[in-house]
Amino acid sequence: MDGLRRFWFGFKVGAWLGWQIESNWTDPFLFAVYSVIKPLAAAAILVVMYAVVSRNAFEHPLFTYIYLGNAFYMYVGGVLQGVSWAVVEDREHYRTLRYVYITPVSFMAYLLGRGLARFVITTIAVLVLLASGVLFLHLRLDWAAVNWPLFLAGLFLGVTMLAFMGLMLAGVLMLTVHHSWFVGEAVGGALFLFSGAIFPLEVLPQWLRPVGYALPITYWLELLRRTLVGSTARAFPTFAHLETPELFALLAAMTAGVMLLGGVVFTACERYARRAGLVDRVTNY
Amino acid sequence: MDRQDWAIRTERLRRVYKVREPGRKGELVALDDVNLTVYRGELFGLLGPNGAGKTTLIKILTTLLAPTSGRAWVLGIDVMEAPHRIRPRINMVSGGETSGYGLLTVRENLWMFAQFYGIPSPVAHRRIRSLLEQMNMLDRMHTKLSDLSTGLRQKMNIARGFLTDPEVLFLDEPTLGLDVAAARDVRRMIRTWMAAHPGRTVLLTTHYMHEAEELCDRVAIIHGGRILACDTPTNLKRRLQREAIFQIRTGPMNGLNPQTLERLPGVRRILYRVTPTGVRLDCYLEDEAALGPLISTLTEHRVRLEALEKREPTLEDVFVHMVGHGLDEGEGTHAG
Repeated sequence: MDGLRRFWFGFKVGAWLGWQIESNWTDPFLFAVYSVIKPLAAAAILVVMYAVVSRNAFEHPLFTYIYLGNAFYMYVGGVLQGVSWAVVEDREHYRTLRYVYITPVSFMAYLLGRGLARFVITTIAVLVLLASGVLFLHLRLDWAAVNWPLFLAGLFLGVTMLAFMGLMLAGVLMLTVHHSWFVGEAVGGALFLFSGAIFPLEVLPQWLRPVGYALPITYWLELLRRTLVGSTARAFPTFAHLETPELFALLAAMTAGVMLLGGVVFTACERYARRAGLVDRVTNY
Repeated sequence: MDRQDWAIRTERLRRVYKVREPGRKGELVALDDVNLTVYRGELFGLLGPNGAGKTTLIKILTTLLAPTSGRAWVLGIDVMEAPHRIRPRINMVSGGETSGYGLLTVRENLWMFAQFYGIPSPVAHRRIRSLLEQMNMLDRMHTKLSDLSTGLRQKMNIARGFLTDPEVLFLDEPTLGLDVAAARDVRRMIRTWMAAHPGRTVLLTTHYMHEAEELCDRVAIIHGGRILACDTPTNLKRRLQREAIFQIRTGPMNGLNPQTLERLPGVRRILYRVTPTGVRLDCYLEDEAALGPLISTLTEHRVRLEALEKREPTLEDVFVHMVGHGLDEGEGTHAG
């Protein structure tokens, strides 16, 4: 099996398995209901909080900013966790990690494939949220005015970046014990505060803002907002000095950097795990 | 035999684990200076008690674990230099575990693993049907794994090992935890597969003596991470043919210590086992003349003799001879 085939087969089977695990736990109708209700319920908390604080100012641009940031931030948790958690799930729950690891396919590609299923499910959730926002909450989203090519390109770059961040986490999880599940949650939670998902970076104290500017996710969320709601997004100061093509170029460069770093970190962790005898160490105690 | 005939070869292989437990810090030598050659087409057995280093050796050979020092080759390929070239040509099954995706059916689990090896779906489905038929579980093909018993899950995993038609198959205690009939099915399947694929190699680890004796062309006895002997079962047993081995079944020992028996002239070793019906003594004597004083000592202590049998040496006797105790020591066995 050459390198490309090893990668393709790993990715393909990982994606198939990921989808089976994500969708196969109940009957299709219940799964469809769950897929719609879960994101709505999660977003409802934020919407209610906003409604109370702003006295129902859904027309204000800040609502669109928060709503879109929150909706697309779901990809961070979904993809990051989808790729990395597969290590713990296979090792501790299904006890299959050792058998998958010694197959000819690229283990890295397999994990990326496992994340694809979470991407698909998150996409359904994001679409449900956007449609609900437009229909019921006066979200300022004009489908005809959306810059679709740039949106799709930005989405692709961002999801790729998240997948490789997930790969870094997967590498770390290969070296740690079962209850390190909180690593993914902690990373997701921390990035939520610093990536401008629900408030512009200017809200943060001056000394904390560099953290947000260093995160590729911040650029990604801003780019998606600009492609979807243009001038509404540009009303906020965070990246006002950057033109949209510049933002895209920065995101592309950062994604390339994350891909490189993700590949290096994962490979180093995998090699260390093999040396230390951690690949199939079950720690479910 | 030249290099082309090796399926597996190790040279001064050593694996040390770092132990970091509360109150215990140090190193555990799992494999020590292991030199082994397994030839293509062989069914090779690795025989040893739990913790002897069998699984560690299999992990290194299947590219799951790196050795601390020394080298290992599978099909002429160094396990550290090119693991990706070894993986398409091998497979592994570990017994005593229930791995698999419970949400998928037996057929889906097996099909998925076939896909990892690039096996076209029609070929995979044909093989799955044939393997499940041989394992007497064709009727469970569409059952979800989560609905199978532990034994059936294990049988499915064994089928997974054969599914990819590997050049070298590693079977780590494949019958561990299986009932008698299921274990028999597995042994039959191994034999059938080897007969149908003469160039294929199987490395089997077990601590069941009869399994090694029944299946293996050659056996290596491993203990404490070291290979103590490696030969055909017949040749290994031949080493003991000068000894006379008697099995004596008795009632309660009435305080008589087996070590007292071992101090009698001509007695080399006594293996003492408590059984549900009494006591079984395996007596390894220099010659038959030592039997008389042994029986006298038992009767002096009013130990009731129930049966006496002279028997041919088994692999277990070889193990006792080399290691000083039985494979199941700690489970009702005592060697003086």
